[in-house]
Amino acid sequence: MLELSWLLIAIPLAGAALLLVWGKGADRFGHLIATAASAAAFVLGLIMFVELIGRGADDRSVTTSLGTWFEAGRFHVEFAFTFDQLSSLFVLLITGVGTLIHVYSIGYMAHDARRRRFFAYLNLFVAAMLTLVLAADYLVLFLGWEGVGLASFLLIGFWQHKETAAAAANKAFIMNRVGDLGMVIALMTMFATFGTTSIAAVNGAIDSASGSTATALGLLLLVGACGKSAQVPLQAWLLDAMEGPTPVSALIHAATMVTAGVYLVVRSAGIYDASEIARTVVVIVGLVTLLVGAWIGCAKDDIKKVLAGSTMSQIGYMMLAAGLGPAGYAFAIFHLLTHGFFKANMFLGAGSVMHAMDDDVDMRHYGALRRAMPITFVTFGLGYLAIIGFPGMSGFFSKDKIIEAALGYNTWIGLAAMIGAGVTAFYMTRLMMMTFFGEKRWRDEVHPHESPSVMTIPLIVLAAASVLGGALYLGGWITDWLEPIAGHAEHPHLPVPVIVVQLGVMAVVALGVAAGVWLYRRDVPDRAAADADVSIVTRAGRHEIYTNEVNGALVVLPVRYLTRLLVWLDARGIDGTVTGTADRIGEASQQLRRTQTGYVRSYALGIFGGALLVVLGLLAVTLA
Amino acid sequence: MMLTVLAVTPIIGALLVACWPGASGNPRLVKVLALAVSLITLVLAIVVAAQFDAAEGGYQFVEQREWIPAIGAHYALGLNGIGLTLVMLTTILSPIVILAAWGDRLPNPARTHTYFAWMLALEGLAIGVFAATDVFLFYLLFEATLVPLYFLIGAHGGVGRSYAAVKFLIYNLVGGLLMLASIVGLYALTTRAGESSFLHSELIGLDISAGTEKLLFLGFFIAFAVKAPMWPLHTWLPDAAASSTPSTAVLMVSIVDKIGTFAMIRWCLEIFPGASQWASPVVMVLAVISILYGALLAIGQDDIRRLIAFTSVSHFGFIVLGIFAFTTLSTSGATLYMFNHGLSTAVLFLVTGMLIARRGSASISEFGGVQKIAPVLAGILLIGGLSSLSLPGLAPFISEFMVLAGTFTVSIPLAVIAAFGIILAAVYILLMYKRTMTGPLRPGLDGIRELDGREFTALAPAVVLIIALGFVPGPLLSVINPSVEPVIAQVGAEDPVPPHPVDAASEGAHE
Repeated sequence: MLELSWLLIAIPLAGAALLLVWGKGADRFGHLIATAASAAAFVLGLIMFVELIGRGADDRSVTTSLGTWFEAGRFHVEFAFTFDQLSSLFVLLITGVGTLIHVYSIGYMAHDARRRRFFAYLNLFVAAMLTLVLAADYLVLFLGWEGVGLASFLLIGFWQHKETAAAAANKAFIMNRVGDLGMVIALMTMFATFGTTSIAAVNGAIDSASGSTATALGLLLLVGACGKSAQVPLQAWLLDAMEGPTPVSALIHAATMVTAGVYLVVRSAGIYDASEIARTVVVIVGLVTLLVGAWIGCAKDDIKKVLAGSTMSQIGYMMLAAGLGPAGYAFAIFHLLTHGFFKANMFLGAGSVMHAMDDDVDMRHYGALRRAMPITFVTFGLGYLAIIGFPGMSGFFSKDKIIEAALGYNTWIGLAAMIGAGVTAFYMTRLMMMTFFGEKRWRDEVHPHESPSVMTIPLIVLAAASVLGGALYLGGWITDWLEPIAGHAEHPHLPVPVIVVQLGVMAVVALGVAAGVWLYRRDVPDRAAADADVSIVTRAGRHEIYTNEVNGALVVLPVRYLTRLLVWLDARGIDGTVTGTADRIGEASQQLRRTQTGYVRSYALGIFGGALLVVLGLLAVTLA
Repeated sequence: MMLTVLAVTPIIGALLVACWPGASGNPRLVKVLALAVSLITLVLAIVVAAQFDAAEGGYQFVEQREWIPAIGAHYALGLNGIGLTLVMLTTILSPIVILAAWGDRLPNPARTHTYFAWMLALEGLAIGVFAATDVFLFYLLFEATLVPLYFLIGAHGGVGRSYAAVKFLIYNLVGGLLMLASIVGLYALTTRAGESSFLHSELIGLDISAGTEKLLFLGFFIAFAVKAPMWPLHTWLPDAAASSTPSTAVLMVSIVDKIGTFAMIRWCLEIFPGASQWASPVVMVLAVISILYGALLAIGQDDIRRLIAFTSVSHFGFIVLGIFAFTTLSTSGATLYMFNHGLSTAVLFLVTGMLIARRGSASISEFGGVQKIAPVLAGILLIGGLSSLSLPGLAPFISEFMVLAGTFTVSIPLAVIAAFGIILAAVYILLMYKRTMTGPLRPGLDGIRELDGREFTALAPAVVLIIALGFVPGPLLSVINPSVEPVIAQVGAEDPVPPHPVDAASEGAHE
């Protein structure tokens, strides 16, 4: 069975192709085909996973090749897929959460005229994401990498009659291309250094190359990871990406695609193990993003943007962990999985709320929804407890492990990660208070109601996973499972006993929750205060730390002016020279034409002059 | 005889179409006839391809006959893998452009038959150029392709057609003139060496002094750089593309311009290896400038056709870069790029042409929200665009990566700078797509129709090929690689050995 990795990809890909090619005829049942395709991939993945568990620990990596993709000279790339400990977990996450989101979308998109197309794109995304995680070669990984980028582009801009949606889609794609540039240069470096882009070969041979090669590769891959995973400085597209339908935000921009950068770093463990510098930069990027994301999450009133800021921040945690090397790889993946559960849960919950509020995303128009939408409230609440790290919930285990490992690496970084946990607790509490508690601030025409069961059932399943996800760490299972890939994790050397750290984190979290409850305990104004009336910290958070302005001033404007200058120069300078030359020749011809007078006498004079010149010339030659 | 038949078939077809009794009064008959001829040619080309022995690598279907003994000119044809690739491109695109031109509104509808006749004539001449193995014959055919294109632009184009046609003609004639001077030079050299000859096989071993070689090389190279077109010799292309019908633009950019890059391999690298080495650093820098310059100019265009023309300047930069990096990977990639760029540019020119014909304007700012009423048209434009920005999974990605990765092994800075083209490509394509297809429907566009069956049929084969070759480029590369390897050897270059090679076979056997 384990040789069937390609089939995992082929099933949703066929679903996407079928839906797109079939056309309108499939409008009535297209969503069912797509959901079935995703579910079939999940079942197959599950069977394969069980078989993998049954194997010996040293026999859990199966690579199968479909043949050569392309080759020339020394270059050769196989269409090969690896089903192993790491990719199998991703397969289950992608197809499992993916299938739930397909089901949810049946209800969420029920009234959309282009629902079939939406499901085709979802299937396309699943296929591309599976390609990304199953690839045995960096170039095949890049195929999936760009494939998810395409699906993301199509789905962010799904409602493309909205200018904002189309602009957000473009922004996401183009910013990701900046990251892709790093990826492409990394691929070229691999080929130039090792003559191959096979993941196993490159990571296996990295020690034979110089340390600077490893550092260069690590940093270049990180550039790609920053683009895809919305890490500083390439994070600005993620908040705009919330223009996409909410199931898309849940699947692509929370649970799976945006975590691809973390996957890339962990998958490239060999490279990062060989470069202290690259790992340090990964840690810094993760730390900065986790704080910036949390900051933004505190300041936004748009429920989806709060969650998006939170996603950035949580991926920051994962990056930070991945940058710690073997001490953190497994925990990065652990947090990635639990985050996949609780964040998908909360995004879908937010979608359920928006569904009830006529697609209003402003939390200032919510309030007291716990009674109107009990199932959404309870499931969202469980996700909330998971993300803030309430003891026993999945996030408690996964985040705690990262903070411990960070403390073991560097006290200050550990403390910063701890503060991040407190801020997380604050902005999530704020979201809960504004949405489900307090007085109702609904607009008159809005009548909140619970969503249909096709939407609530996925919520319930994901809520259960958010609660129970910590079980992955039972008996240290996930670290043992990933050890062949991530290496052996030493227990971090902490300055204080572990229990003190845990209590400390809990105290910080409790503080954040208390602050959130206190500040939002009373009624919230249904209109946000003007920028001028809020503190500079809030203002900066609302404006996403002004990164859009910075990008505009440093990149967009210069390119725009350069383009205008070149357009002008091309017409005046280069083409001007050409047409100018033609004009000069034309003028010269006009002058020359005057010699054609039609008078025999002037021609005779010309002939005489010419003959004279020839004679003189001959004389000069012979005499000389 | 096979190649002669292949090249002559469309030319006979052209004469038939032009002279068929009553052709001028019966455009439908003319179109059916032209399409039939192009399809017959395609079938013949497929027969040729099927008989081609890919592994063998050298010239096949060779025909050689004395033609003008006084100067040693031969009628000599032959195809290697590179030539075959371009012949296939030509014969695949011809029926597509003829079908797409079905509804073209020409300035003089009574001359419809000459429009289609010139297309067929151009097809036949292009096949001849790709098959010629005698440089004198090559030169004549090379210049002859200007005639049909001149009339296609000048007589059947749109606004500004006569200016564009004359500019096109003079630009290319000047280049051709320089090549003629070099050919005369070659004649003198072979004559002095013993026997006058223009045969590729004779010229390839010719002993030329370094200074002469450089001069002769430049004559050829500049002619091809005009054709390709490379910065700064590109300014004829946007004008010509903007004043042509979409089908003419495809014939010009996808096929005729390829003659330039094709000929760089056959006539510059192989005949003048020393001078090619000498020029390579400068040419590669010019190619990188073309890549970035073309892309930036494309971003700044409002006329869709000029935009596509500038994207081609950028893409030709990649092709030339790959050729002059002298690695098997990059030069094979460049050859594959010629084929892929032909397809993706054809889709872009044709589908936007259909859009422009509906609106009566080529200005991007005149469009908006078209996706809503014509989703299939929008989808095909998007696929064409994504292939132009080299999205993995579509054919051009493979060739672009091959060019970049091959170049990287000889010059890291140039490859890295060129790679910035992938960001700019996303910008020019997605901005164009966004402005024309998304947002609210612009007033005045309500009447825009979805693609009809004929239009869809014309575009579908190119779209299918772009996707299929994105995953399975093997058939083309197996033909291209064996023909590129001798070229690299002839230039005297060797693929750099990676400093820390991994035996992929041992590492790959993980199981």
